[in-house]
This record gives sequence, C-alpha cells and structure tokens, in this order.
Amino acid sequence: MPHPKLSTSHKSSVSIRDMIEAKKSSRQLGAKLEKGIPVILLLIALVSILTTVGIVLTLFTEMIEFFRRVPIMDFFTGTVLKPLSQTPEFGVLPLITGTVLSSAVAMAVAAPVGLMTAIYLSEYASERARKIFKPMLEVLAGIPTIVYGFFAFTFVTPLLREIIPGLEATNILSPGIVMGIMIIPMIASLSEDAMRSVPNSMRAGALALGSTKLEVTGRVVIPAAFSGIVASFVLGISRAIGETMIVTIASGSSKNFTFDLTQSMQTMTAYIVEVTGGDAAAGSTIYYSLYAVAMTLFVFTLLMNVLARYVSRRFREEY
Amino acid sequence: MSIVSINDHARATRPTIVKDAAVDVAVRDVVYDTKELNLWYGDVHALKNINLAIHEKEVTAIIGPSGCGKSTYLKTLNRMVELVPIVRKTGSITYNGRNIFDKVFRVEDLRTRVGMVFQKPNPFPKSIYENIAYGPKIHGIRDKKVLDEIVEQSLRGAYIWDEVKDRLKDNAYSLSGGQQQRLCIARCLAIEPDVILMDEPTSALDPKSTAKVEELIQKLKQDYAIVIVTHNMQQAARISDRTAFFLNGEVVEYDKTATIFSKPADQRTEDYISGRFG
Repeated sequence: MPHPKLSTSHKSSVSIRDMIEAKKSSRQLGAKLEKGIPVILLLIALVSILTTVGIVLTLFTEMIEFFRRVPIMDFFTGTVLKPLSQTPEFGVLPLITGTVLSSAVAMAVAAPVGLMTAIYLSEYASERARKIFKPMLEVLAGIPTIVYGFFAFTFVTPLLREIIPGLEATNILSPGIVMGIMIIPMIASLSEDAMRSVPNSMRAGALALGSTKLEVTGRVVIPAAFSGIVASFVLGISRAIGETMIVTIASGSSKNFTFDLTQSMQTMTAYIVEVTGGDAAAGSTIYYSLYAVAMTLFVFTLLMNVLARYVSRRFREEY
Repeated sequence: MSIVSINDHARATRPTIVKDAAVDVAVRDVVYDTKELNLWYGDVHALKNINLAIHEKEVTAIIGPSGCGKSTYLKTLNRMVELVPIVRKTGSITYNGRNIFDKVFRVEDLRTRVGMVFQKPNPFPKSIYENIAYGPKIHGIRDKKVLDEIVEQSLRGAYIWDEVKDRLKDNAYSLSGGQQQRLCIARCLAIEPDVILMDEPTSALDPKSTAKVEELIQKLKQDYAIVIVTHNMQQAARISDRTAFFLNGEVVEYDKTATIFSKPADQRTEDYISGRFG
C-alpha cells in the first residue's frame, strides 16, 4: 500500500486518523489489560516481600524457643561455644569474631583493589583495554565459591605458611584473602558503573582549571560517585559476612575466641553448615541454636544495609 | 622545537587587521598567536591553516555556522581538544611567546592560566563555596582565610555574590541555570587566569541571564582577554572587539567587529551575517 503523502498536507486523503479509528476496536483488550497490570505486578512484587517476612518470622519464633533454653545474655556475651559438650555452652562471640575478622580481611583486600580497578577502568583504560578487562572480571565473579574455598585451602594457605611460619593449617587469614579476591569484581564493576555515570562535563570543568587526571578522579569523580562506591562496598561486606563455602573449607571448625588471624576460627555461616551437616536432632538445643545464629547473621547484614543508606545519603553529591 | 620568540609576533600574519592598526585596538599585546594551525579528527580535516592573533583586554568573538570548527579552535587554545584520542595537529599556537604544544609546557600550567566556561553550566556537585575553592585548593592554597577571601572576590567578580552570599554551603545545583553559569565563571576567576575561553556560554540560558552574562563579559575584559564562541551574531556584535568568521574549518575573515558587521571584505561573511545561510 502506498504511504499517504505525509509531506504535502497534514490532512491527506487516506487519513491516518481513519486508520487509527479502524484499529481502535482491536485495542480494547489491551486497554483492559492495561488496568490490570498494576495489580498483577503488585502480586509478583509481593512474592519476594512475603518470602522475606516468612523467613524472618520463622527465624524469630524458633529463636524465641532457643532463648527459653539458653539465657539471652549468655548467648550474646558468652565467649565459649561448646554445643556438643556434656555441659554445652552457647556463647556466640567466637562466631561473631570469626565472621567479623574474615570479612575485615576480605574487605582489606577487596576495597582497595576493587576501587583501584574501577578507577583504572573508568578513568584511565583505553576502550580496548576495557573490552579485554571487563569480561575477565566477570569470569572471576562467575567462579563457584567451592572452587575458591578449595583454592584457599590447597594453594593460598600453603603459600602463606611459607611467609608466616606460625600459620595454622586452617586459619581465618587465608579464606579472608580469598573472599576478598572473590568480591573484587563486584566492587570494581559497581564502582566503575557509579564513576562512569558521572557526566564528562564535570571532568572537563575540572581539567580546564588545570587539574591533573588524578586530581579530577580524586576530587571530582570519586566524590560525585561516592554513594555508588559506598553501596558497592556494603554489598561486598554483606557478601563476605554471608559467604559460607570458603570459610567452611579453609578456616576449620575450631570455635576459638581470638583476634589472632593465624588461628582457626569458625564463622556464623560455617557453624550453620557444621550443625546442619551433622545430626542435630530437631528440637534439641543445638538445633534451635541454628536459628539464633541465623538471626544474628540476618541482623548483621540488615545493619550493614541501614548503615550504607545512611552513609550514602549523608555524603551524596547531587547533580 | 624551539619556543617562538616575541619578535616573531611582530611578523605574525594579520592581513585584515593591518588597515585598522593605527586606530586603536591593534596596539594591545598579543596573548595568543596561532600560525598555520591544522587539525584533524581522524580523517576529518577540522581546522585548515588557521592564522589568528588574540589580544589582551579584548573580547574576541568567533562566529560561524555549526560544524565550522569554531568550538574545536577554542578547545585547541587550552588543549582540551586532546581529550578526543584521534586528534592530530600541525602548526603552532604561542601563548605569551611559548608554544603550547611544546613538550616542556605542561598542559596543567596552560589551563591554570587559561580559564574556560562551557556551553552548559557544569558546576561540580559540591557546595557553592567548594566549587569556587576547588581551583585554588588543587593549586595548593589551603589557608581557610585566604580561601574565604578568594571565594568572596571571585563571586563578586562574577556579580553573583549578593545572590549567593547567604547560601554558600548550598549545593551548586540548587542555583538557576543562569546563576550556575555565572558560578562557573566565578570558578574560573578564582585561579586568576589571563584568558577566559567561553564556548557558547549563553546558549543554554534565558534572555535575562544572557544579558547578565554579557554585562559580566564587558566588565571582565578590563582585566582579561576573552575569546567567545557564539552562534548569536547580535551577541558578537554587542560584546566583542574583534570577530573571526569561521567557515568549513577556515578563517574567512578576521577583523574589528565594527568592520565585520558594517563592511565585511568577503562576500561569504556578508552572506552569513545578513542571515543568508547558517
């Protein structure tokens, strides 16, 4: 069909208006659907919300049962964790130090390396270098954590023992470092996104004032991307706190309460693996302790997210 | 490459200016002298054999249709054009006698002497105060009292002090577009440049803000050399002392603004300013 002459007159003989009118009836169904869309989407969105609520409720009720058997203060201030002993003790502090220390080591590795990588990719790398680098980072992010755990246990730990003679065969340092390596791609990629979304006009403005590239990066780009960078760090920390496989394999199951990175420690996640992997009878105190630990873990990540929101709001540079 | 001596300036080719040399403007010192400048973006020959002298304490307007190379030329003056990786160039631009393409002339030093105002206001997403203090700070000025002084002077210099003095801690993006542009000019002034390059500084502004910026340019030229790229011929006629007409990467005509707009030597200039193309 020849197209009506659009260029000569707006009111052409074969009117576009007529064609639109003719099609109108077939679009009735679409119009009805349009009204239903918000409801459908709301229901779908509710799935994740309800799941979260369900999980938290389960954790909470089972945790209450645990605290009927073990006083809450003993749990949160106890430095001894001996769940299988004749006289069991359920102090969570050894697990908390294990978790906090391994995450701290991980972030000590991942934050600087991830941020530097992001700076390189966003500000310095040529288009070609970026094209080679980014997929490689994504490969690193795609490695299963069990492989990382294996890598920590069979490669990194022996290597570290050459340098630090006192290092135990299972320790918190090695899985911490490997978790850091695992988190690097996430921090690098998210921080890079944040930095690349800073408009070039701001870089130009800073360069035109005689800034060096490093000054532009440090004083304009990073502050402008700060909230995104903080968000990437927090996601990294949450990932480290929740990471399970690497620490289970490489840091052992000694429930030491210590700040010595060379020693074997257990994290909250590794404890849950150990207990669920063993034969904790349903209804036993040790079984309920799982829920108390899981709830503690949940509160940790929740606090991280709240902190992240606060920090990124507080320091956000709006443009 | 040797640095071009000051004597060479005297022999600089300034064909259309010579006839007016006796009148008034040509007695001023040359700040920028461009000789045989050619520039390519990849295979595109964007600037062709440019010869142009820019004088201190004058407003030099660069006019011409879109894509004629006027912005490219402006960005070459502070080497911002090199941010495009595929740029090649030949010829020379001397800034106060020194070739700006010379390896020993650090590009940061050049840009510290030569401020730039962009087409769209581009304040940093920081407070008004920090926007102005940014330049002095990166150049090592840390003393709070000195910075306070610089911020006030610069904002006064850009005639925006009275509008912002009570809200220096506010984000610069809370200002109107016109205020943002004057803030960007103030940001330039804060490092006391010799030259201010303006790339269509009023094209994103409303008429009232435009009038304010134009008034500001008139005042600034008492102390600075100003090079302004503009699409707006009335603006060029209103505020500039000299005008260069660019077409297809070449300078068709460069003369006193009054001459360009009353009796241009080249037919193409006349066609452009009388609105026959562009």
